[in-house]
Formats: sequence, C-alpha cells, structure tokens
Amino acid sequence: MKNATSAITGKTSGSVFRSRIRFALIGLLVIIVYYWSVQGMQFEGIQGTAGTVSKSILQGFLHPDWSFVYIAEGEDLLRGLLDTLVISILGTVVAAVVCIPFAFWASTNMSRQLAVSGSGKIVLSIIRVFPEIIVAILFIKAVGPGSFAGVLALGIHSVGMLGKLYSETIEAIDRGPQEALIASGANRLQVLRYAVLPQVIPQFLSYSLYRFEINIRSATTLGLVGAGGIGTPLIFALQVRNWNRVGIILLGIIVLIILTDLISGWVRRRII
Amino acid sequence: MKTPISTAALKPSAPDLNPPRKYKQYAGWLVLIAVLIACSVRTEVTPYQLIRGLPQMGILLQEMFPPDWSYLPTIWAPMLETVQIAILGTTLGGLLAIPVALLCAYNLGLSRFVSFPARMVLNLVRTVPDLLFAAIFVAVFGIGPFAGMLALVFFSFGIIAKLTFEAIEAIDPGPLEAMTAVGANRMQIIMFGVVPQALPYFMSYLLYTFEVNVRAAAVLGLVGAGGIGLLLDRSLGLFRYDRAAVIILLTLVIVLVIDYGSTIIRRKLL
Repeated sequence: MKNATSAITGKTSGSVFRSRIRFALIGLLVIIVYYWSVQGMQFEGIQGTAGTVSKSILQGFLHPDWSFVYIAEGEDLLRGLLDTLVISILGTVVAAVVCIPFAFWASTNMSRQLAVSGSGKIVLSIIRVFPEIIVAILFIKAVGPGSFAGVLALGIHSVGMLGKLYSETIEAIDRGPQEALIASGANRLQVLRYAVLPQVIPQFLSYSLYRFEINIRSATTLGLVGAGGIGTPLIFALQVRNWNRVGIILLGIIVLIILTDLISGWVRRRII
Repeated sequence: MKTPISTAALKPSAPDLNPPRKYKQYAGWLVLIAVLIACSVRTEVTPYQLIRGLPQMGILLQEMFPPDWSYLPTIWAPMLETVQIAILGTTLGGLLAIPVALLCAYNLGLSRFVSFPARMVLNLVRTVPDLLFAAIFVAVFGIGPFAGMLALVFFSFGIIAKLTFEAIEAIDPGPLEAMTAVGANRMQIIMFGVVPQALPYFMSYLLYTFEVNVRAAAVLGLVGAGGIGLLLDRSLGLFRYDRAAVIILLTLVIVLVIDYGSTIIRRKLL
C-alpha cells in the first residue's frame, strides 16, 4: 500500500530503495530465526535400533491385533472408542452451555461500555491459550484420573473458542427485530428470547458441532495423560511396544473420526 | 403452545407455516437429551459431580500460588526448545505440503485419479493425533526434540496442505486461462498463475499452524519428545504445583506473544 501511494506521488526511487531495505531486513530476520532454531535441534544421529524398531512398527500396523476389538470382559477397543465419543459429546455440551454467558459478556452490542466486552474477550482468549492436555492434567490432579477429568478439560478448554465464535455471531445479528420489540415495549428478557436467540441458535449449534469434531480428535489423546477414553489402552500399548495393538487402536480412531465427521457434517448442513 | 391458536383465531387467512418443522426441532432436542443421559450414565459424569469437582479445582489453584519464581531460569532453555521445535516442524511440514496441495487441487488440470487419492491420504494423516505421531517417533529416534519436530512436521503437513489446496481451488481462474491461451506449460502456469495468488494464503496458514504447533509442542514432552512438557510432567509428578504454575504461566506468556505477533503479520499478509 505504502509503495503504491508513494509511486503515485512520484517518489519512486526512494520507495523502491526503502522496500528493498525492508525486504532484506525481513530476510535477515528469518535467516537468524532459522539459524537459531537449527542450533537448538541437537540431532544425535539415527540410533542403531531405528531400523528394527521401524520394521516392527510397520509390521504391527500391517497386522493389527483384531482380537482387541471386542473382549467380553474389561477394556477393549469398542468400549475405549465409546468412552472417547461420550467424553467429547459431554465436553462439547458442557462448553456449549457454559460459554453462553461468556459470549454475551464478550459481544460489543450487548453492553454499552466497551470495557465490559473488552474484558470478556480477554478472559476468553486466556482460556483459549491453554493447551487442553495441560487443562486435563490439572483436572486429573484435582478430581482424579478418569473420564470426568477428560469431560471437564474439554468443557473448559472449548469455552475459549466457542465463546469467541458465539460472541461474533451475536455481534453479527440483525438489529431490526430487537428494535421492533423494544419499541413495542418488550423487556430485556423478552428481547433476548424473541429477537436474539432465534437468530443465533442455528449458528451456535453449528459451531458446537464443529467444536465437537475438534474435541473428538483431542479426546483420543486425553487418555495419554490419564483422562479416560481410547488413549488409556493406547499409552499402555505404546509403553510395552505392542505395535499390533497400537495399529488396531489407530485404525479404530481413524474410523471413529471419519464417521463422526460425516455425521456431524450432515447435521450441520441440515441446521443451517 | 397458546400463541399459534390465538394468531390463527385472529388471522384465519394466514396459514401457519411452522408446525412440521417445529416437531422436527423438538424431536432433535429430545434425541440430544436422550444421548446426554446415556453418556452421563456411561461415564458416571453427572451435574452433581460437576458442582462437587469445582471446589477441588480451587484447592489445586491455592497450592499453585505463590509460584516458585526461582524455577524460571531452569525452564527457560526447554521453553525456547519448544519454540524451536514448533518453528522447524511448521516450516518442514509447510514445505512438504506445497506439492501435495498442488496435487490435491481440482482446478489445475490434474486427473481426479491423482487428486482423489492424495486427498484421502491427507484425510488419513489429519486423523492421527499429534501425540501419537510423537510417541511413534520417540520409539524410532529416541527421546528428544528431534522426535517432537518430526511429529509436528506430519501434523502441520496435514493442516497446511488441506487449507492450501482449498485456497488454490478458490483462486481466480482468469490468469490461468490467459496463460493457457498463450501456450504456457503446467510449470509456468503454477509458477506465474497459481503461486502469486495462493502465496499470501499459504503464508497465513503457515503462521496459523505455527500458533497451533507452539501449543502442541508444549505438551509433546509428556511422551518424551522434547520441550517444556517433560518438566511440567516432572513437577506435577513431584507435587510441586508452585513450579508447575511457573511453567504454565510462562507457556501462557510465550503463546500469547506468538499469537499476537502472528496475528499482526497475518493481517498484513491478507
């Protein structure tokens, strides 16, 4: 933009020089950053065992442990996947409900002072910043390992993103119905119920489903730190290097994610 | 339930258009509630437990404060290592993603027999969780940041390739047609028709993935793939919540700074 305007005003040579300097500086900065990063990556060379390990991993993935799919008593693949699915459903619903007040707090058209919505936006971005695995670890320490910690972790973490998307939806609503209701003497609650909610609910649902697709991916790894679901048998299989079992679990995860994506995509298309 | 009757009485000429759709809505909500109850029975997660769990969270937070600031010098190096893992992983993943994104796009004149399998592979790569990639690479290459970097290479490859091929499909076909008309070959079309249009999007996605990867790299250490996660795991295992608090706060600051910087650059790019 700057170059274009200065070209029109006639200072071409100066602006070309300046843009070249800027380009060179950016290039130098990028080179420094990469040099620094490569320095930090101490690579000890490929270990002697790498070949055999990769071979056994490949062997395991090509011959998944089908007997793990269903075991009459105890932990098997299907129950693990069901738990993962359940954790992500509950986590998403918790987030979808909890984030509604946050969303109204953070949207600029729901309060008169900018400070109110600004603080709401800051709170949401702080929630969003925490990786969910860290949230899960904290909840495991607080409420003990298991699905409950997983649900809480997903529920709290998703509030950050859903709250932001919800508040953007609220900010984008048509003001017409709201003004009409206020003009005919409706109180705030009635305005909310008959003017705001009908406009935002489909979008809210669609975003929640989108977040559900993300959550089911996260839920597969929550078990790695002890928050229930398919990740628990996965980490055991990884620890004892049982690659056949890792293979079948990975296959199960892939099938589960593809299926839920298909269903959720179908529902989302029907809602909007 | 009262309103439809009264409006119908007032305006008999206006047909009520809503009822069939309404029933479907009620059915949808009912199904959702039934699913929720089933879920809650399956995991024994109830609203009661939810309320009971929150005070325990407060106790944990109490133990975290005041944070043990003397721990800060120790965690500085692993924190920087986390950022380095993210930078290298994102860059290599992005470079890998370029040819695959070109293969996947339907509008570059490639046969669907090439594009469709490439898309399937991308979908498969994106379903594998980053921590699982990390665990596998730790098994092959040993504990350390190299395994973490490789995990992020594959993880970012999936994201960037998908976003980029969608951006390529959305580009303006005019320049491509003009170049085809004057006899440019496929390489020339890509270099001078596609790249200039898709590059800002690609850079923007690269930065976005970098933001995601910094968060991911912070937890890769939990499976031994380098970075700050290992120290977090250790301090939590030793019940040193004051140290864990320092690690979490530093992660928060680094992620916020990177997000902020990256958002500014992305806004300039697009």
